[in-house]
Amino acid sequence: MSNPLIISFPHMGAYHIPIRAFLGRLFPEAQVISAPPITRETAALGQRHSPDFICEPFKYNMGNFIQALDTGANVLFQTGMGCRYGYYGELQEQILRDLGYDFQFLCLSRDRARPQAVYQTLRKLGSPRSAPQMAHILLVAATGIRAMDKLAGYIRENMGFAASPGHMLAEYDQFLAALKQADTVPQVHTLTRISGKRLRAMRINRPSNPLRVGIVGDLYTVMEPFSNFDIEHKLAARGIAISRKMSVSFLLFGEAERLRLRKTQGYLRHPVGANGLDSVAQSVQYASHGYDGVIHIKSFGCTPELNAIPAMNRISRDLGIPILHMSFDTHSSETGVDTRLEAFVDMMEMRRTQSNANALQLGRGRGLYLHKRRRSGWGWPNYSERLSLDKRRPPGGGTPPDS
Amino acid sequence: MTIGIPRALGYHRYGVLWETFFQKLGIPCVVSEPTTSKHLTDGAKRTVDESCLPLKLYMGHVASLMGRCDHILVPRFRRLGRQEEFCVRFWGLYDTVQNTFPKAQLLSYQLLSDRLGHELTGFIRMGSVCGRGTLLSANAYATAVRRQYDTDQKHLIQSQKLLSTQGPKILLAAQSYVAHDPYLGGTVARLLREQGATPLFPDTWDQITCRNRSRELSSDLYWITSREILGAIQEARGQVDGIILLTAFPCGSDCLTNELILRRVRDLPVIQIILDDNDGLTGLQTRIESFLDMIAQRKQAQTV
Repeated sequence: MSNPLIISFPHMGAYHIPIRAFLGRLFPEAQVISAPPITRETAALGQRHSPDFICEPFKYNMGNFIQALDTGANVLFQTGMGCRYGYYGELQEQILRDLGYDFQFLCLSRDRARPQAVYQTLRKLGSPRSAPQMAHILLVAATGIRAMDKLAGYIRENMGFAASPGHMLAEYDQFLAALKQADTVPQVHTLTRISGKRLRAMRINRPSNPLRVGIVGDLYTVMEPFSNFDIEHKLAARGIAISRKMSVSFLLFGEAERLRLRKTQGYLRHPVGANGLDSVAQSVQYASHGYDGVIHIKSFGCTPELNAIPAMNRISRDLGIPILHMSFDTHSSETGVDTRLEAFVDMMEMRRTQSNANALQLGRGRGLYLHKRRRSGWGWPNYSERLSLDKRRPPGGGTPPDS
Repeated sequence: MTIGIPRALGYHRYGVLWETFFQKLGIPCVVSEPTTSKHLTDGAKRTVDESCLPLKLYMGHVASLMGRCDHILVPRFRRLGRQEEFCVRFWGLYDTVQNTFPKAQLLSYQLLSDRLGHELTGFIRMGSVCGRGTLLSANAYATAVRRQYDTDQKHLIQSQKLLSTQGPKILLAAQSYVAHDPYLGGTVARLLREQGATPLFPDTWDQITCRNRSRELSSDLYWITSREILGAIQEARGQVDGIILLTAFPCGSDCLTNELILRRVRDLPVIQIILDDNDGLTGLQTRIESFLDMIAQRKQAQTV
């Protein structure tokens, strides 16, 4: 293509910032633009050009692509993973071509996500970088994403109690802006240290015993605040500590499948596709850490998460943790979400006053930072016994303890 | 000891294999009755409301088997080869059933091509659960595979004969568990026959040829069942008069592939019919009637 490359990609939360910087370094001569921020219009646009009962990320991605193409992009990136997400690329390209756009579509999904294939794709597109340079750029991006998730985890945990939550978010935005300029790994680390220090220096009136909620669910709907009506901020505004393990760094450097299966404590015997396994494993973890509730966020018709729901219902019954399942589609109304959340929070508060406080007070007082990897030498205390949480269920057909 | 086999999902693909295996081992098995609306109401009660229709039916079948057998066969299908995966629904079928029916004793094997001899090992393990030795189980498995293959071939020849019948021939492009379920595909096929058309299913053509030919329509598709449907559409070109894309609501893979088919198959009349848990037939009848009318008029216009 003789005209200059204008590269774009779909949104997911704030991750467009490191990804944009990443692509900008790979293609120094090309222009890299983030798609216009997601609005109602993006959702409507995506919905109009998508199949009927496709999951929500497809629609948002579609809207992002159309808006990016309208602002002048001519190269689009898409990825793909385990579930339906792996097949997005081909259909999205077809729909956009049928709409009459002229562009290059690079889908790094499944087999095309192997390092060698990615390298070849990037070189074909005209990246002047050598393989070691690419590896370095990738390392910087990955470090940046990890740092982002670390800081976001701290903010999520404490935002509800900050004297001025606005300052926290402003600090985070400042960090993201500085992250664009960081070219080496030590620079990223320095930035993270400085921002972390500033965040920790902010005054937090955290009560000794706040309500704590864990968020689990399908990766896109959990991480894109627009698609879940910014549920985390709504909860924080009610003075709740929020924990969320799912993030891009969890997807990239998360736990091995076998470990996650073990963490489900017998509620699942096999992986159920995409992040269904994580939802179950994390629900068990939150339950055993004495959290007050779990909110399960997913897009409508997400099969892996639907596979996880029967197991989660059983966890809720066996371990006595309330789990709220919320399905989002591009047309869900915000009022309905507000009402359900309010009812859920009220219910948690009431449970607090009614229930046996000793059983629920475990590990309270500070966040358990489930988003962080466990440090060596600092093991979790064994709560399972005190919660009378039965260990492994016998495989296949074990009678449940309460039957 | 009795084994219960739900007549849903995988049964329509591997039913003969399962029945022959247990028959050869001398273990009695009960197959649940053909689907009726009772299975649907029973299943819908036990599943999340946004689950797909075939899963609701499956749960209904499992529920109908509870108490009538000692073990229920719930296999887990994951992958048959590179780019030949099953829908995520099949990956989690075992755990979904186990968590919905905590008291059920399940018998399971995996289709997981990463492991050598995955299917055989699974059958041997199932045999050992039933107290049969390795050799006996392996032997029974070999016989069962043979019989499944023979049955498929017989079915293939029979349905190939239908291609030479008179009247409009319609390809019902649907997953096998929708197409061969009397409650879902059976109803549509009956309506087609009533109006003088011949319904054909994707298994009218050889599965392996179909899988290979699906690449002509889609380069990336990795669901094995969807690939067979796409390949069947390629094979059917020139031999059928129209295609009905029959989908159960809300099928995850079909909603993507159907959109692709609608956009890439331009030379044949195609309609998409979505089946849900509403029982009314009138709407279905009207749509099929108008589709057949349209095909007849098209034919007339071509001959004139």
